[in-house]
Amino acid sequence: MFCRLLYQSFHRQRRRKLLAGIAIALGVAVTTAMIAVAADIGDKINRELRTYGANLVVYPDSDTLDVKIGGVDLKPPADGAYLKEADLPAIKSTFWRHNILGFAPFLPATVRATAGGRTQEVELLGTWFAHAFRYGSESFTTGVEMTNPWWKVQGAWPADDSNDILIGEALAARMNLHPGGTIEVNGRELKITGTLSAGTAENQQIVAPIRVAQETLGRPGAVRRVLVSALTKPEDELARRGTANPKSLSPEVYDRWYCSPYAASIAYQLMEVIPHSRAEQIRQVAQNEGVVLSRIKGLMLLVTLAALLASALAVSAAMATAIFERRHEIGLMKALGAGNSSVAALFFTEAGLLALIAGTAGFLIGVVLAQEIGIWIFNSRVAIEPVLFPVVLVIALIVAMAGSAASIRRAVRFSPAIVLRGDA
Amino acid sequence: MNRTSRHRIFVRMFLRPLLVRRGPVLTAVAAVMVAAAVSTATLNLYTDVQAKLRREFRSYGANVVVTAKPGFLPDDALARVDAAIGNRGVAIPLAFAVARTASGAPVVVAGVDFDRARRLNTWWSVTSWPSTPGAALFGKRAYGSLAPGGGALDLKFERHSVRVIPAGILSTGGDEDSRIYLSLGDFTRWTGLVPSTIEIGVTGSPAEIQSIVANLGRALPHAEVQPIRQMVEGETRVLGKTRATLLASTAIIILTAALCMLATLTASVFDRRKDFAVMRALGASQRNIVALFAAEAGAIGCAGAVLGYALGLGIAAWIGQANFHASVSPRFVVLPEVLAGSVVLAILSALAPISLLQKVQPATILRGE
Repeated sequence: MFCRLLYQSFHRQRRRKLLAGIAIALGVAVTTAMIAVAADIGDKINRELRTYGANLVVYPDSDTLDVKIGGVDLKPPADGAYLKEADLPAIKSTFWRHNILGFAPFLPATVRATAGGRTQEVELLGTWFAHAFRYGSESFTTGVEMTNPWWKVQGAWPADDSNDILIGEALAARMNLHPGGTIEVNGRELKITGTLSAGTAENQQIVAPIRVAQETLGRPGAVRRVLVSALTKPEDELARRGTANPKSLSPEVYDRWYCSPYAASIAYQLMEVIPHSRAEQIRQVAQNEGVVLSRIKGLMLLVTLAALLASALAVSAAMATAIFERRHEIGLMKALGAGNSSVAALFFTEAGLLALIAGTAGFLIGVVLAQEIGIWIFNSRVAIEPVLFPVVLVIALIVAMAGSAASIRRAVRFSPAIVLRGDA
Repeated sequence: MNRTSRHRIFVRMFLRPLLVRRGPVLTAVAAVMVAAAVSTATLNLYTDVQAKLRREFRSYGANVVVTAKPGFLPDDALARVDAAIGNRGVAIPLAFAVARTASGAPVVVAGVDFDRARRLNTWWSVTSWPSTPGAALFGKRAYGSLAPGGGALDLKFERHSVRVIPAGILSTGGDEDSRIYLSLGDFTRWTGLVPSTIEIGVTGSPAEIQSIVANLGRALPHAEVQPIRQMVEGETRVLGKTRATLLASTAIIILTAALCMLATLTASVFDRRKDFAVMRALGASQRNIVALFAAEAGAIGCAGAVLGYALGLGIAAWIGQANFHASVSPRFVVLPEVLAGSVVLAILSALAPISLLQKVQPATILRGE
């Protein structure tokens, strides 16, 4: 009997069920889309924050102090230690290699540059532009084009295996040089492929493939420092304890620290794979990422809550209306001898069934909506956690039930005679 | 029937249902209220969040740098910079020298205004800020290699020497780690050098920053004023994406709220099809009925919108407080938009069922079919 009532209710009152179902589907779709976007926004914004450049730096352990003012290296090249370029691919063997989006080695050298009959002492910065290498079975391309996205080049980027160079725009203006021209550096003729607009220091420099800098200094395979751009997790209590001294942690805590993508633990892993190195987080970038990320995540969370509230109210209003419209039916059932509990059971089951069916449809719509938002704003898909499906369904169930509860209680309280006469 | 009594009947018919059918009317007002509240809150946030986030981005430090072309900045450079940026940011003057230790190792010594540095460079991790003359802030690496025991250090610049005492250790992971920071007064007394660089953190949109850069250029014609591309570009990108996400969410939420409100109001008008049929059977004209239902819906929309607006401001303020620890300033500009939107939607949702009902004979409705 119960099943037949249920079946007939869905079969006969298609329009009403459809309306309530649409309300639930809409609410669930909005909830799904908002939760999916809010959950993924951390990762998305984290990638955007990489525009700020590298958040980790690796330099030789036994290095003397940097003598740098305004980005210009004043340290005599004979001073200090170097890292080996050949050790760098191992960066892609660390535990968090997939979080390392890019890295670039740097080697500064002071050179005598001659162009148009004038000779000047300028700084030549050797680096990787878009260097391709293999580590294990994976191939990887990285360099300043990835780590320093704010570097703008007029002309073309040089190839890493060429003798071509970029020239800082301020230096280019001073020496009257243009892409396509040449410049003589320590007696070698180098071709200029483009002018570089970056920071104040780089605008005064020549930027060349690292091999050119190594040959100029007579130090094959040498690297002064490496900038690493990694996706990291904002610092928390565990991160601070680990940063202070990883060795002091108990083995389980150490494992947890080591296996979390904190800036400090990634730095620690970089030191493990690059011999004789020190790796540090660049606090200006690394620390602030955490602040900005947590603000944006917090904002989206609160907006999601507002969306949740709006859709919950929409769903419960729809359910309440649907039941209020059926008070005659309830009156008839009660007149025929149905108890309050069996009427309530029927209506709750209907609400639950409707929530499950419409909720599933709404979830699918929400997934599509989230993808559209992801592609529109971030040019990438939004990751949807499978666990979201049951969570959203449970929310839909609770909201549909709660929305119906008050109306059902009111409906069963009416005396059947009054309802059937049409006075209620 | 004369004009006044017709009006009186209209007012009566308009007011009675609001008083008698309190339940359904309250539901309708509540639906409008929720829609208006959510719209107000998100619109308010959307307009205010940018300013809030910009302030957060200032924790990245300087985004504009002023450097002396050759030599040093004029004595009143800092005052001119402060005047040009007003209360939009913080400027720190910096002076640099390469000094030598007793063993002849070179080290960069910088003169800085500690109070301003503390305000602008929030990412500097400092064990304790120097406050007494002669006290210096040592970069982590400088401390490790020059003063590992924390003892005083003799530094020589040209022919002048000075003894500095490490008061605190600074770690940043950048060039600062290899430097020693002195207060600007100590630095100038020792080296005779005055600031050559002013780092400035200003808050504003890219266009506003551009205009501040132009003002600074006019104020200091012999210096080079440049925005730090890395900072400006990073901020623009992240802000743009956040705004777009918020815009998409706002659109979705407002749409849901509006649909929910439409559905509720339509249902409540549909519920009154018997009233409608009675009015028609008693000879009310089409226009009268439409005017009556529209006026009722408009009143509901108005009441809901005002209540919702107040509620929405509350929600926005709460979100501002919870997330940014600063109040979101109420935007009164939003009120007319929310009010107009609610009233128009309410009237539309009343007229849609009416136009459907008009095609049906009153008798059919009254028979209950």
